[in-house]
Amino acid sequence: MTSHRTGALALLALALILALTRNALPAGLMRPPEWLVWPFADWLNAAFAFCQNDLGLMAVTRFAAAGIAALLDVTGNLFYGKARWPNLGPLPWTTFAITAGALAYRVAGWRLALFAAGTFVWIALMGQWEWAMQTLSVILIAAPVTFVTGLGLGIVAWRFALFERVLNPFLNIAQSLPQFAYMIPVVVFVGVGPKAGAITTIVFALPPMIRMTVLGLKKVPENVVESGLMSGANRWQMLTRVRLPTARNDVLVGVNQVIMQCLAMVVLTSFIGMPGLGQKLLQLMQSLKIGLSFEIGVTIVLIAVTLDRISRAWAEMAPKHFAKGTPWHQRHRVLVIWAILMGVAFALAHLSPWFSQIERSDAFSVAKPIDAAVDILIRLIDPVSQALRWFLITWVLIPFRDGLLWLPFTTVLALVMALGYAAGGARSALVCLGFFGMIAMTGWWDRAMITVYTVIVSVVLAALMGFPLGIWGARAQGRAARVLLVCDTLQTFPSFIYLIPVIMLFGVNDVAVVGAVILFAAVPLVRYTIEGLRGVAPELIEAASMSGADRSQLLWKVQLPMALPTILVGVNQSVMFSLFMVIIAAFIGTQDLGQEMQRALSTTDVGKGLVLGLAVAFMGLMVDHLVTTWSAARTQALGLEPPKRAA
Amino acid sequence: MWSLAVPNAQPVISCRNVWKLYGPKPQAYFAALTAGTSFEQMRGDGYISAVRDVSLDIAKGEMLVVMGLSGSGKSTLVRCLSRLIDSTAGTILIDGDDIAKMDARALIDLRRRKMGMVFQSFGLLPHRSVLDNVAFPLEMRGQDRHDRRARALEVIELVGLKGREDYFPRELSGGQQQRVGIARSLAIEPDIWFLDEPFSALDPLIRREMQDEFLRLKQILGKTSVFITHDFDEALRLADRIAIMKDGAIEQCDTPDQIVLNPATPYVAKFTEEIEKSRVIRAGTLAQAGTAEGQALSASATLHTLARQIAQDSRDLIPVAGPDGRVMGTLNRAAALDILFGAAQ
Repeated sequence: MTSHRTGALALLALALILALTRNALPAGLMRPPEWLVWPFADWLNAAFAFCQNDLGLMAVTRFAAAGIAALLDVTGNLFYGKARWPNLGPLPWTTFAITAGALAYRVAGWRLALFAAGTFVWIALMGQWEWAMQTLSVILIAAPVTFVTGLGLGIVAWRFALFERVLNPFLNIAQSLPQFAYMIPVVVFVGVGPKAGAITTIVFALPPMIRMTVLGLKKVPENVVESGLMSGANRWQMLTRVRLPTARNDVLVGVNQVIMQCLAMVVLTSFIGMPGLGQKLLQLMQSLKIGLSFEIGVTIVLIAVTLDRISRAWAEMAPKHFAKGTPWHQRHRVLVIWAILMGVAFALAHLSPWFSQIERSDAFSVAKPIDAAVDILIRLIDPVSQALRWFLITWVLIPFRDGLLWLPFTTVLALVMALGYAAGGARSALVCLGFFGMIAMTGWWDRAMITVYTVIVSVVLAALMGFPLGIWGARAQGRAARVLLVCDTLQTFPSFIYLIPVIMLFGVNDVAVVGAVILFAAVPLVRYTIEGLRGVAPELIEAASMSGADRSQLLWKVQLPMALPTILVGVNQSVMFSLFMVIIAAFIGTQDLGQEMQRALSTTDVGKGLVLGLAVAFMGLMVDHLVTTWSAARTQALGLEPPKRAA
Repeated sequence: MWSLAVPNAQPVISCRNVWKLYGPKPQAYFAALTAGTSFEQMRGDGYISAVRDVSLDIAKGEMLVVMGLSGSGKSTLVRCLSRLIDSTAGTILIDGDDIAKMDARALIDLRRRKMGMVFQSFGLLPHRSVLDNVAFPLEMRGQDRHDRRARALEVIELVGLKGREDYFPRELSGGQQQRVGIARSLAIEPDIWFLDEPFSALDPLIRREMQDEFLRLKQILGKTSVFITHDFDEALRLADRIAIMKDGAIEQCDTPDQIVLNPATPYVAKFTEEIEKSRVIRAGTLAQAGTAEGQALSASATLHTLARQIAQDSRDLIPVAGPDGRVMGTLNRAAALDILFGAAQ
């Protein structure tokens, strides 16, 4: 660390000099000069046009899209009665509730079964059936397609090291690319609507599946591999009967992530004309119908929690044997009960249409009371929220934003290099310069700085709330478990959901954006702070206590330093989440890269969209590089196991 | 010599000058290696000689225990013998065939027909029941479901797990899991049985019980076995012959009695110092040519079990009878008492 200090300080001094002599600086050092801004967008557009027209890739993608569309027609018919083959649907809502309940019971037990069935009852009663089914019918196709493709690519990447090395940087970029960047090429190649939504979703959810597959296959214990070999398994048998089944849990964690990513993305693809809950939510939020958007928000949250808990319970399910001579119907009790209940459901649907489809006119709604309650709430806290808004805007947001825009771009570059030098020496400094230099070369410097400012303000505010909350949460075992459960649940919510409460409280403005980002970014901070603190070896705490450390000494001298690498993982995730959120929040009016991306989306400008997306990705990747380098150095210095990271 | 080896028969496993080097370019380094380069010198060059110049013959039905501390190369050696890893140099013949020359298909075939292996951490497949784990090697060679089941049930009964066929590894104790591992290694009726520290992960009481169980199986099956352990007592208890390894090389390979009586190197002597020799040395080992009158001692009994008899006997030379009942020599009573109670000062 100390060896890096001189270099970092020198760079910092350079940044200061550049900032102080700002007025005397040549224009080329103030903002990226013309020769530095390269027309990446035009090149990308030319490349896309080439693929599309000259290579005939269009025909290929249209063909693949037609396959997906055919599958979507089937689920569309079954789920909400789209007039397509097999023309059976729509299935009565009761059958979905029963199936979800049975599935949940099989993998987890009564409580989840009630929750899962209850989710579908809620959807039906609230008259959101068709929208929810439009959303789910896409997930039901997108998730398995992603699973199969991701598993296949994961196996290839595991098998051929070269392929993995080539794939890895792409996965890194793909996982830091904002969701909108995926949509624009899809719109060009496939068009808009459900199939475009499904394809965007598949592409977006693919990276974690590939990652988890590779991870799982690499983690298979050596002795299991050896025992397979000594049993005389050939290569295919090793893969299908030894390695993949042993990697089952990791692969299923991948499935869980795929499902959650799918849900998050399907909601967002409302921007490219995907009907369903997301589109409804978007419309209602744009027209500020708080109560109704709240109802939809609840539905999305319920679906998210149901899908997450079921798929996670499935991943953790361990095989259990039945006593000898257990008859078939007892071994398959859930299946039998499910079949009987399905029969009953169909019979009821036949008797009364109410058990088949609930019309929107018959549905309940809690929108009015919610609207009234929110009105009262807003009137109550209005002075506070007004003051907060005023304070944030005039004393934090605007000064900071203007300050960042005031700085010469060379100062910012020198600053990120100083950070890089402090974290990992000359190499890291160059990596940071590379990432931010690329942003300068895109020509979107000012927009990018606005994104940077939003993210910095949000993450700092989130840290001010998140760290104390995490430290408080880690104090007692039971409390830690409860807070972690809340964090887990909050993390399953699609990012869109976080916009509802802030719009409710602050209206449509910068503060709302920052508020949503703070909420979204605080969750991983709290979570990893708790995990880091709870993960400190108990002997160490006992030793410190016996040395006479009091509670604050224990925290500052022992627990926090030991937990730092894990906490840094949280910081990393927090920055990533805020970047994504800032971009999504663009539709409620920001002036940053996200706004430009929205414009690129509406004009289907692939090149511009990708360049903007990459600019965001580079910010994320730079922070990732800084944090991982620093965390690795700390981990090594402490002699710890590297902290676990989500893929 | 006390040995079960059948003289002049072709050894089942025969290895000559086997080396396994770890490092950047093991083949090139080995080619340039001069004789007598020590373990430390090689480490200085960036190479670890996990197996150094090992030559061994293992006869049919023999039980060889390879004993060494962790890092001595014993696990690497057994993996070379089963070709789970490729050795750097030397030849390994299994029933006369050089395994280094086998292609993937021949190797798989060899494992499917002739070899079974038990692992320290069991290596069970977590998603398969006991029955399916045991039947796994049979499934690999494509045996049909019914045969598989019948044979697996047979071995499961042999290792004393009858009634637990449908359990999953997770639902079993450590000792039971290793019984599954043993059953699996026996399912194909292998000629050669490799056991890589099979009982090291178990607690001492269970370990003792499993050793007894193992001796019982060994008695019934009489397989050629290579057993790895870091526990000298375990080696003495189970072995026909013991090979003691240090830094990849075999320090001494001999019967338990000979190792205890005549340790070849100071390193081996350190192991034998604390051992109660009378529990290891058998009457036959001490017997010298000659005859004597009266009741004979059994050659295969340890001095410990004969202690009372020897102490109460008044003869200076006591006859020793072999397994066939014929007197094979005489035991010097004073020498035996020295071993039993320590040499007179």
